[in-house]
Amino acid sequence: MALVTALRRLALVRLRECSRRTAAVTSGAWLTGQRSFTTGTQSLRSDNKVTVNFINRDGEKITVKGSPGDSLLDLVINEDLDFDGFGACEGTLACSTCHLIFDEDVYKSLGRVTDEEMDMLDLAYGLTDTSRLGCQICLTKSLDGIVARVPESVADIRQSKDGSS
Amino acid sequence: RWTTFSICSPKVCIVGSGPAGFYTAQHLIKVDIYERLPVPFGLVRFGVAPDHPEVKNVINTFTLTARNSRCSFYGNVNVGKDVSIEELQQAYHAVVLSYGAEGNRRMGVPGEDLAGVYSAKDFVGWYNGLPSCQELSPDLNCETAVILGQGNVALDVARILLAPTDILKKTDITQPALEALVQSQVRRVLIVGRRGPMQVACTIKEFREMVNLPDTRPEMMADDFEGVKEALKDLPRPRKRLTELMMKTALEIPSEKEQERQSKASRVWAFRFLRSPIEILANPDNSRTVGIRLAVNRLEGSGDGARAVPTGEVEDVTCGLLISSIGYKSLPIDPSVPFDSHKAIVPNNMGRVQHTAGLYCSGWLKTGPTGVIATTMNNSFDTARSVVEDMESGTVDVSAARPGSQSISGLLEERGVKPVTFSNWEKIDSLEMSRGEASGKPREKLLTVEEMLQHLTWTELILYTLKGNPMFFIMDAIINKLLQCKSIQMV
Repeated sequence: MALVTALRRLALVRLRECSRRTAAVTSGAWLTGQRSFTTGTQSLRSDNKVTVNFINRDGEKITVKGSPGDSLLDLVINEDLDFDGFGACEGTLACSTCHLIFDEDVYKSLGRVTDEEMDMLDLAYGLTDTSRLGCQICLTKSLDGIVARVPESVADIRQSKDGSS
Repeated sequence: RWTTFSICSPKVCIVGSGPAGFYTAQHLIKVDIYERLPVPFGLVRFGVAPDHPEVKNVINTFTLTARNSRCSFYGNVNVGKDVSIEELQQAYHAVVLSYGAEGNRRMGVPGEDLAGVYSAKDFVGWYNGLPSCQELSPDLNCETAVILGQGNVALDVARILLAPTDILKKTDITQPALEALVQSQVRRVLIVGRRGPMQVACTIKEFREMVNLPDTRPEMMADDFEGVKEALKDLPRPRKRLTELMMKTALEIPSEKEQERQSKASRVWAFRFLRSPIEILANPDNSRTVGIRLAVNRLEGSGDGARAVPTGEVEDVTCGLLISSIGYKSLPIDPSVPFDSHKAIVPNNMGRVQHTAGLYCSGWLKTGPTGVIATTMNNSFDTARSVVEDMESGTVDVSAARPGSQSISGLLEERGVKPVTFSNWEKIDSLEMSRGEASGKPREKLLTVEEMLQHLTWTELILYTLKGNPMFFIMDAIINKLLQCKSIQMV
């Protein structure tokens, strides 16, 4: 799916370009809402970074580093990780597409879940007891080395089960 | 495998530019999108409630897709009228139908067409600026409104009817709708369902919004929740949490602070369960509705599969406004396209239309009108995958070149149809946003097709002057070009 990846990357790169450009374009900018995606965090020293291991839908492990304060969704966007449809509402707690699954001990260390996040999680495919939304988890040094699994979409599961819709 | 695929350049088109259309397009390499209206995004623009701007953020991704040189948008083209499905099939290797569900299920009871009775689809279209619904001008000069149906659309309508207009005036709700709501006399909204609390179709986010809606208080009936607590433990988490929240709202004594808030509230909302419409009641001269006669039901069975069975008892409710929100419905587009009129969908297998190679469907037309945007996203990605798989496997023959938009553009020109491009939409978009800015709204939508098209004839020059900086366009073009090169390398 190389071209699909390319298109997605292109979209993401464009997205970041655009969010940078909006500052310069005051009126008529196509962005209607405030982007919650952070853009660059290069100023922080690398030893301050938090390592996160994502397991994508193919079971592949992707290790990236993010800055404390960034959300896991920010990290996916900043690192151009190709998780289909991830973060559709752009981190505004209006969808469940940045659903991630954690090991129980990690889940416990992620802190309290608000009712509003639980409400959106209830609509997520493949909901587990240790599910969270990536947009609601901010990186801290104590989360260094965590593993976050991107769940399969329902369609994938269904497809492998009976091959029909 | 993808290299050969892109060399023979298969031509794909999509009918409808709502979320299903755009999410399908996102996974296709070269695609043309046809849209009946001059403006894109379907239900994101015309369905999503104005007070849910976050949900509309998906537009940003759609815009990126549409701006890409691999995607072309042809608005103002009515497929089925301006150009036929058959003509599209001849011009393209694959045609994806994602035109959604523009019809609505009818209650099928006497009085359905009385004044004061509206479908939720039209009511939503009215406050969201759908051109075909602008004549609706619903009469809100009554105290009680009854909404039939307990899904998220029903709750959207209830919220819009009850929300303080100070909140609504900061949204992209249309000005005529806002003015009507400011004058509205509606103080009480009953949300009626034929089954029980454990079968409601709404999701918890929308229910919680009702609970927290300023200047309103709930009036649930405690009796409705008899025996529900015992059934809770076996429910899956989403249903369990929703039911718990409803029970809490109906049964628990609120905190002192909440009690104070509720006592000051000027408006009331309530769920009514186990009631089906029998007849809409008219005033003496039969000119408008004054109420509804409901059958009292009991449940047979339990859980999602429980059936509502009438007990024989009836109940009349007085109301001056009645909105039926019992579901959207897809309509057939062309006799040549298979259509299951019972389920109101195009029969398909993973988006492949039955017995018709090269024809696909996605979104509500594929699944029926249920689910949130993520549901549509996944099912549209699936359809796109099917398209790609079929082209790779040869199920759809892409060896012979097809003319694509070239021949369709010719046909449209002959027929006097002038398509609206995406950059033209962006001009409408800019105008709407600058009009909105003037009144403290994110957008003031243009409300008729004529107005949208008229705007495009004189806007070019003015907009250019407004934006002021020609460098913006030059830079944009250069960045576009550079990024294209980059992506080709990545392939």
